Amino acid sequence: MATVHVRYFATLREWKGCECEEVALMPGETLGQLYSRLFPPRPDGILPVAYARNQAYARANDLPEDGDEISFLPPIGGG
Amino acid sequence: MRSRSSPRSAGASMLKIIDGPIDVAAVRRAVDDPATGAVLIFEGVGRQDFDGRLVVHLAYEAYPQMAEAVLGEIASEMAARWDGCRVAIVHRTGVVAIGEPSVVIAVATPHRAECYEASRYAIDQLKERVPVWKKEVYEDGSAWKANVSGGHR
Repeated sequence: MATVHVRYFATLREWKGCECEEVALMPGETLGQLYSRLFPPRPDGILPVAYARNQAYARANDLPEDGDEISFLPPIGGG
Repeated sequence: MRSRSSPRSAGASMLKIIDGPIDVAAVRRAVDDPATGAVLIFEGVGRQDFDGRLVVHLAYEAYPQMAEAVLGEIASEMAARWDGCRVAIVHRTGVVAIGEPSVVIAVATPHRAECYEASRYAIDQLKERVPVWKKEVYEDGSAWKANVSGGHR
């Protein structure tokens, strides 16, 4: 079974209560679908995120592969 | 013609995320070059924002490996766009006191006009693309604050 290493930052890290975890992928699961599975909609809605695959920006409909490092990036606030 | 170095290496002098105070003079030194005619130092500084609440301090978090990779992309873009441009960018994580720099950007170019343009480009792109998050910590709570640009491509 394909698994990915998922890293959490900021709001999502606080919601998850951890910095990272290994997640088994569902067959044909996209990054967007993985995010929806890991973070189901809350009463106040869905946190908009950008997608990262192997430390680079990716798209919601990209397909992660076994061993990938995945992250969902909450709206950033650097500077 | 560039006799001293390629644009790519010229742009990659110091691009990093650190956990601790930023040595502004070291960031400045990183862009030293005999071909330089203008240098600008930009500091993004922790602000005591009164939005009904008093900020005690800021706390920054980064995705360091990806943040440094994106800083490298920005530096390469700058070196390609402004001939002879050198840039150093250091962003810190952890607790940043009011008045302390959270990010320092040094830009050096042969002439002043492109130095202002390049410096503005660096901070604008950083705020839009580099995965860093800011939490405002108040006396009675805290909140993650996103950049106005939305912070996503």
